[in-house]
Amino acid sequence: MIKESLVHFHRMKDMPSSHLLGTGTPMCAGCGGLEALHNMYDILGEKTVFVNAAGCMTLLSVYPFTPFRGGWLYTAMASAPAGAQGVRDAMDIRLQKKKLSEDDNMEVVVVTGDGSAYGMGLSATSGAIDRNLDFIYLCYDNEGYGNTGQQYSAATPHAAITSTSKGSHGYPGFKKDLFSIWAANRPAYVATIIGAESLDLAKKIEKLKTMKGPRMLIALAPCPPGWDYDPKLSVEIGRLAVQTGVWPLKEYIDGKVVHTKIPRQRKPVEEYLKLQGRFKHLFHPQRDEQGIAEIQARIDAYWEKVTE
Amino acid sequence: MTRKLLTGNSAAAWGARLAQVDYIPAFPITPQTEIIEDISIWIDNGEMDARMVTLESEHSMITAAGSAASSGVRVFTSTSSQGLLYGMEMVYTVAGWRVPFVMINVSRGLSAPITLEPDHNDIMAARDSGFLQIHCATCQEITDSVLMAYRLAEHKEIRVPAIVNQDGFYLSFTREPVELPDADKAAAFVGEFDPENLQFKGSAPLSQAMAVLGGGPYSYFRYEAHLAVQRVLSVYDEIADEFADTFGRRYDMIDNYQMDDAEYVFVMMGSFATKAHDAVDSLRNAGWKVGLARLRIFRPFPQEKIRQLLTGRRAVAVIDQNISMGMGGVLHSEFATALYGMKDAPAVLASYIGGLGGRDISQQEFFEMINEIKQACDKGEIPHPRLLYTQNELTEMRKLQAIAQAEHADINQSEIKQKETNKK
Repeated sequence: MIKESLVHFHRMKDMPSSHLLGTGTPMCAGCGGLEALHNMYDILGEKTVFVNAAGCMTLLSVYPFTPFRGGWLYTAMASAPAGAQGVRDAMDIRLQKKKLSEDDNMEVVVVTGDGSAYGMGLSATSGAIDRNLDFIYLCYDNEGYGNTGQQYSAATPHAAITSTSKGSHGYPGFKKDLFSIWAANRPAYVATIIGAESLDLAKKIEKLKTMKGPRMLIALAPCPPGWDYDPKLSVEIGRLAVQTGVWPLKEYIDGKVVHTKIPRQRKPVEEYLKLQGRFKHLFHPQRDEQGIAEIQARIDAYWEKVTE
Repeated sequence: MTRKLLTGNSAAAWGARLAQVDYIPAFPITPQTEIIEDISIWIDNGEMDARMVTLESEHSMITAAGSAASSGVRVFTSTSSQGLLYGMEMVYTVAGWRVPFVMINVSRGLSAPITLEPDHNDIMAARDSGFLQIHCATCQEITDSVLMAYRLAEHKEIRVPAIVNQDGFYLSFTREPVELPDADKAAAFVGEFDPENLQFKGSAPLSQAMAVLGGGPYSYFRYEAHLAVQRVLSVYDEIADEFADTFGRRYDMIDNYQMDDAEYVFVMMGSFATKAHDAVDSLRNAGWKVGLARLRIFRPFPQEKIRQLLTGRRAVAVIDQNISMGMGGVLHSEFATALYGMKDAPAVLASYIGGLGGRDISQQEFFEMINEIKQACDKGEIPHPRLLYTQNELTEMRKLQAIAQAEHADINQSEIKQKETNKK
């Protein structure tokens, strides 16, 4: 159990005032994934090796430039957690054989999109958790195969228009519950985060920094080109995702799921939906009352079960 | 120096132990599994100071092998067949990372149809990856080649991973006497791994395996890897000499047998070459000038050595234990490439495909091949590529087909009977 006194971030003014991650990356304006990564990196610090799977963030390090002040290793789409295994094990071996000083030790962080995390990389992730690998996993979840032009993935929410679900009803499937899948593997820590709620995010990173074992994070990543909205709305859409209850902020720790920010007065989900072009068909040319009501009902049903 | 009866798999495990590897990412697959079982016992008993981790797939295993090697430790791993292909994305990827480590491949025919017995199509699939390839014919050669492979892979001007290949069953499960190198001498020969810049540390920021934009940097890095692999050709002999001086066994890039005055030559790779070895003895006894060139180093391809070796020979029979669908034997086309346009090149370079899925190559067939290439030379013809397959095997196959199609055949026969009845 982590004592509250270990957490430095009580209010916004406690947050770091400068960013570690370099600027000028090729990420899109308003990238929710980059926002989460920025916030996380500031708290993790520069002694961090990022192990990446194929996705948008792969373009962060393009020879000979990188925004990272520590390490970076691009692997492949399916096996970033296995890449982290090799790096962690090698550093542990070198520490043990006195070939690496404690001071030079680094935190190993997998960073992948939802395409890898929810699909192709899930087997490697489950394996890493089985082996109790000491690492952090950040999934930036923009709810589709964003880097290839936002085709639907297992993380795409019901009814969203994607470039492979352009029909009048959007994506017929439902977003996979990766949080529960990960938690069922019983890692040390699982949390949902979002860049727009940076204080909640900071507290979680601070907490997992003191822990060992697999520490897993899913950051909902509002995506202007993929979700079809003006980049200036990214923070607002992120906040609405929390306020409407679409994106519950929670953590799994010591075998228990705890919600870290329960929206007592949930805003209607349409406030979140109507800002995004991918849900436009729910409002135009005419309002799809039934469709909106169904989405609302699923959110309500989720929160009815939430007691803490 | 200890002499032991070892299977090819144990010989491979001993290679890893004697090379004092730090890390073994593993995944079981027949016929390779005994390697990781041996190593795990040694680690558990404290006889080997290393860490072994079983990944959940070969794709992850090769990723972890590459990423650990990129983080400054000496890595050993092993796989076979379907496993090698499952990890193939990473075989190419980690070679591009320019990380040195050694992987054993225990050759086994590829699916479909699924089989357990050996041929070389699995290892051929890794041909263009950037891994070095050493092909072994005996258990002794496996232990020794693992040690040599570390020297080649970790060479400061090379720095690519290496595969040491052995044939499933014929070597993997076959016990042969192996002279185990003295542990101290082996450690001194392989030396300590100096990772240089291949390591992550807090005080030295480093990005590895980054993306590139455009064909310019991409071509540069790819060609640089090609040149690195080729550099083996210039450092090999020195390392082989040092090995011979230390352990008394000399391994050339091509293992030549009775080649000095040979007019007719078998070209092969792997353990099946020992069958050709026997055939050469018989043919020599019968007065034929026959030799065997067993290619040990397949990547890089020792083109110059091959040209020197085959200049002035009458005819060559290349026996491929693989088949490139729609093309034929891979080794045959590579030898054709090496010899094309060469003055005094052999008039006949015949292609034989044999030993697929562990199918034996009989002495009679070796005699027949030599006879055929001699006839071809005499008549000035080029023989067609041939699959080594006997009438007997075809008859047996027809029997299997008859069983497989039993129901169908029965229906046909009853239809025929019906028709005959109607005629009456």
